[in-house]
Amino acid sequence: MANTEPEAPPSLYEAREPIFPRRVSGKFRNLKWAIMIVTLGIYYITPWIRWDRGPSLPDQAVLIDLANRRFFFFWIEIWPHEFYFIAGLLVMAGLGLFLFTSALGRVWCGYACPQTVWTDLYILVERWIEGDRNARLRLHRQKKLDFRKARLRVTKWVSWFLIGLATGGAWVFYFADAPTLARDLFTLDAHPVAYITVLVLTLTTFLFGGFAREQICIYACPWPRIQAAMLDEDSLVVGYREWRGEPRGKHRKGEGAEELGDCIDCMACVNVCPMGIDIRDGQQLECITCALCIDACDDVMERIGKPRGLIDYMALTDETRERAGHPPKPVWQHVFRPRTILYTVLWALVGVGLIVALFVRSDIGLTVAPVRNPTYVTMSDGAIRNTYDVRLRNKHGEERMFNLAVKGDPSLRLQIEGTPYSAVPVPADSTLQQRVYVTAPARSGPAMSERVDIRIWVEDNANGDRVYKDTIFNGKGN
Amino acid sequence: MAKQPQKKKNEVETTGHEWDGIEELNTPLPRWWLWTFYATIVWAVLYTIAYPAWPGIKGATPGLLGWSTRANVAAEIEQAEQANAGINERLASVELTEISEDPELNSYATSAGEAVFKTWCAQCHGSGAAGVQAGGYPNLLDDAWLWGGTIEDIHTTITHGIRNEEDPDARWSQMPAFGEILPPEEVEQVVNYVMSLSPSYEPKDPALVEAGAEVFDINCSSCHGVDGTGDQFQGAPNLTDAIWLYGGDYATVKETVINARFGVMPSWQGRLDESEIRAVATYVHQLGGGE
Repeated sequence: MANTEPEAPPSLYEAREPIFPRRVSGKFRNLKWAIMIVTLGIYYITPWIRWDRGPSLPDQAVLIDLANRRFFFFWIEIWPHEFYFIAGLLVMAGLGLFLFTSALGRVWCGYACPQTVWTDLYILVERWIEGDRNARLRLHRQKKLDFRKARLRVTKWVSWFLIGLATGGAWVFYFADAPTLARDLFTLDAHPVAYITVLVLTLTTFLFGGFAREQICIYACPWPRIQAAMLDEDSLVVGYREWRGEPRGKHRKGEGAEELGDCIDCMACVNVCPMGIDIRDGQQLECITCALCIDACDDVMERIGKPRGLIDYMALTDETRERAGHPPKPVWQHVFRPRTILYTVLWALVGVGLIVALFVRSDIGLTVAPVRNPTYVTMSDGAIRNTYDVRLRNKHGEERMFNLAVKGDPSLRLQIEGTPYSAVPVPADSTLQQRVYVTAPARSGPAMSERVDIRIWVEDNANGDRVYKDTIFNGKGN
Repeated sequence: MAKQPQKKKNEVETTGHEWDGIEELNTPLPRWWLWTFYATIVWAVLYTIAYPAWPGIKGATPGLLGWSTRANVAAEIEQAEQANAGINERLASVELTEISEDPELNSYATSAGEAVFKTWCAQCHGSGAAGVQAGGYPNLLDDAWLWGGTIEDIHTTITHGIRNEEDPDARWSQMPAFGEILPPEEVEQVVNYVMSLSPSYEPKDPALVEAGAEVFDINCSSCHGVDGTGDQFQGAPNLTDAIWLYGGDYATVKETVINARFGVMPSWQGRLDESEIRAVATYVHQLGGGE
């Protein structure tokens, strides 16, 4: 046994250090305000936009109608079998994220991610109620819970909770008629699922925006980890021009200020950071590239009469070039690279494919399922009859007459179950399941064959639109 | 990341593991994560108290909330039955011919009838209602009916059955075994004649057919009709169509003539309620052959 006590191991757990971002102004802050207004505006207002689709369809512009399995987006209506449109949009969203990340780093994290936008909003409310960084710090360090602290805390939490409630409330409006649901929610007539959804989203918004904040980005979100594979040395990220700033120090006269770099170690960049990091330490997992430190530092540089851009959007290749005294590559060279061009092309291809698919898709449709139990029925006159379960889709806003016909052999006759006519009414915006018989006379070619290829046609009597499905006719063989 | 985190102030501990210059960091876990973990443990314990969980010798602990999948299913069935009570009552009380004219009733009866059919009828008539020729179970898809194919006829057949000794209202008929009545050569003749009635048959020996016509006229026409088109009042099949209940080959027809055939069907009143019987009658009627 050694005499010396072994050094105590470091704690396995770490308490969250509260962050009190200071107010900052500048072009990136203004951009973020604009993006916040636009994104939150879209989120809260969209369910209330009306769109007339006729009497039998909902008049909400954007509606995910789970009960009837329809997705309405202005003039577009998506049926469940057209889910590939949603899948295509998700592929585009993914490729778009790749594109923006390879060109502009974690620009999604810094500007558009809901976690960032709502946290920003919560911090704004916090600042209105409790004051800026120093006031909030004082309040935080004040151990005694006096009336003022209690009042400020309660006001802040109630405000946060109301924002959360509005957020969760807006979410459910995408899934039902917004005015009706809003009334039902207030009169306590809404479905329990609506209340549970609102409650869950209210609490998560309250918790994530008010308390968890950067912890979500660092520990819960997979994207910061995935982006490691997306970024390269040409991606524009927020960085610190170390060669220019170091050695940092307070520029006091007579203390060798002339030997110091441009960084005056004022901590402005650290104080405004919502992630609580020091950008001068280099690229970090925590950095969401919100660029607020750029605004903060530019402000300081301007005041001390130094050039802006000590902290700036830059690529890692520029850092080495500039350190060696060369000018940085122009921004377009960072943005237009084979990689970003490839992402753009793929993104555009999927987009064009979706648009083409949207325009060529038919407003009527059918599926044909031959009944195989039994494959055919012998009728009393010796005719051979096959049965088909046909689904007729009418995507129009009014009832349409669908005319059915069979092609393949002139002897075949098509008959619709339950009607002597060759047409059947299909209600507006719905699918009709209809049994259809195809009969071959006794001893005719199809009746005596093992099987015959046939084609079932459907024609919309109103406008002559036609679609078909190929299927088979089973005869009794020889 | 392009570079590993370079925390200068709080240098992150490493585990001491290093491969090719890559060090394994020993980043501490956030404490809230730890508390979340404890919370899930507490939740799990409470969950096993609230819901059935711990296995015992005679079964699992029932849980304080009394939740059970069986009770849920029973409640759902109860709910469905209550929801259908109104339409079932209407189905059981309207005129049979009115069912198909009411779209709502017709659609309900067809769906409900299919479920009844698959449960009670498919054993003999097949899940696709195509029957089984080897057993003489009629195909319900075609347009040939032994006892009538109107909705009323089908309803009567299902309610009382066929040749069912337990139900005095069941329809009954019996074909004599002609093997004991006719000499063998006349059996041969009448088999040839009967087969010639069918549109798919090409006679081989016209003389036998001609002789058979006379035998048929004397022995068979009282039930099957002078022209062989059968009689639905007696359940006597139409012999002139292309459909054979037991099979249309020579040996099978001869077997039928010699030993006679009579299929039986149980009555369903008492086992199914009136709305179920009407539902399955509607289902069978709309299979493609209803009259």
